[in-house]
Amino acid sequence: MITANSLTKQFGPLMALRGIDLDIRPGEFATIVGPNGAGKTTLLRILATLSRPTHGHVSIAGHALPKGADEARRQIGLLSHQPLLYGDLTAEENLRFFGAMYDVPNLNARIDQLIDQVNLADRRRDRARTFSRGMQQRLAIARALLHDPAVLLLDEPFTGLDPQASDRLEQLLHTLNDGSRTVVMTIHDLERGWALCTRALVIARGKIVFEARTADLDAATFRSEYRRVTQ
Amino acid sequence: MTYLRKVWAIVRKDLVTELRSREMLSSMGAFSVLVILLFAFAFDLRVAKAGTVAPGALWSVIAFAGILGLGRTLSAEIDRGVFDALLLAPVDRSVIFFGKAAGIILFMFVIEAVILPLFVIFFNLPFFQPAIILIVVLGTIGYGGIGTLLSTMAANTRLREVLLPVLLLPIAIPALLAAVKCTAGVLDGRAFEDWSNWFGLLVAFDLVMLGAAFLVYDFVVED
Repeated sequence: MITANSLTKQFGPLMALRGIDLDIRPGEFATIVGPNGAGKTTLLRILATLSRPTHGHVSIAGHALPKGADEARRQIGLLSHQPLLYGDLTAEENLRFFGAMYDVPNLNARIDQLIDQVNLADRRRDRARTFSRGMQQRLAIARALLHDPAVLLLDEPFTGLDPQASDRLEQLLHTLNDGSRTVVMTIHDLERGWALCTRALVIARGKIVFEARTADLDAATFRSEYRRVTQ
Repeated sequence: MTYLRKVWAIVRKDLVTELRSREMLSSMGAFSVLVILLFAFAFDLRVAKAGTVAPGALWSVIAFAGILGLGRTLSAEIDRGVFDALLLAPVDRSVIFFGKAAGIILFMFVIEAVILPLFVIFFNLPFFQPAIILIVVLGTIGYGGIGTLLSTMAANTRLREVLLPVLLLPIAIPALLAAVKCTAGVLDGRAFEDWSNWFGLLVAFDLVMLGAAFLVYDFVVED
C-alpha cells in the first residue's frame, strides 16, 4: 500500500532523512516512533504528498509520486497535531467545504454519519474555534475520514489533548483499526503507539533503526530496544 | 464544471470566513480611508489640476491596501496549518491559486467600492465612469493575481511581512504605471488612442501574470 525506496530529504545542509525504505501493507497499522528531530514528521509529509523527497521513490496505493500525486491524494486522509480546520466555519461547513474539494458522493448523508460517529451532532452548527481541543481533534478525524481514504496518516495526533480526550481519540482509532485501511502514525508515547499498532518502526537520525511486529514482541522488550537504538 | 465548482468552494469559504472575522476587510478599509485623508491634507487640492495627483494617489492606496490583504489571505491559513489540508485535496494546484486569487480580488473590489466615492469627495473628480471602473477591475485582477502567487511564496518565510512588498511592488510596476496612465487619460478626457498603449500593457500584464502563476503555482506550494 505504501512503499518508499532510498528516501532522502535535505533542508540546506541538514539531512532530515537518510535513505528510508518502507513497505507498509494494506490493512497494517504502523506506528513510527523516535526522538525529536528524528525525521518522523518529514517522512509523514512526504507520504502525504506535501513535500518532495530530495532523492528516492514513493508510491501510495500504487500511485508513484509525484506523477500520481492527485490520485494518491484521493486515498490519503491526514490527521495532524494541528486540527487543520477553519475556525470561523462551523463543524458542518468545514466538512461541506472539504467534501466539495474531494467530490464526496452523498455528502449530506456522509456528514451526518461522521458527525454522529465523532459525537458532535449537538455542536454541528457551532464554529470550530469555539470547540475544545479534544472536540477539534474529533472534528479533524471526521475531516480526515470524509472521503473514506484507504490510507490514514496520523502525525502525533495526541499532542495537546488532555487524558480524557486522549482516551476518546484512542477509542476512535481502535475502531478504525479493523484492517480495512492502512494507518501510519507518528507518536512520542511508546506505550500508546505500541498498543494501537500492528507494526512499530523506530526512526533516529533520519534512518529506520529498528522495526518489529506487535505479534512478535512484547511492549517491554520494544521499549528497551527503543532506548538502545536511540542512544 | 467540477474545476469551477471547486474554485467557487474556495472563494465561498474565504468570503464566509472573512465576513465572520472581518480581519482583512477592516484592516484594508481603515488603512485606505486613513491614507486618503492623509493625501487630502498633504496635497494642495485647490490646484487647478487635481487630476495630476489623483490617479497616482488612487493606485497607491489600492496597491498598499492590497498588500495588507494579500499578507493576511494565506498567512493565517499557513499559521494554523489549514493550508496543508487544502493542499491535500486531490485538485489541480491551479484550482487553489484561482480560488485564493479570486477571493483577494473580490475583497479588493469591496475596498475599491469604498475608496472611489471618497476620491470623488476629496478630489472632486469624476471617478465614477465605466472606463475608470474597467481600469480598476483590470488593474486589480493583475495585481491580485501576481500578489497571490508571491504571497504564497512569502508566507512560508520568516520575513513574509517585508518580503511580500519587496517582491510584489517591483513586479507590479508595469501594471500600476499602466493603470495610473489610463486613469489619468480618462480623467483628462483624452481620446482612447492617446492611452491605448497603456491599456494594452495593462491587459497584457493580466494575461501574462495569471498565465505564469497558473503554470508555476504547483512548484511554489511544495517544500
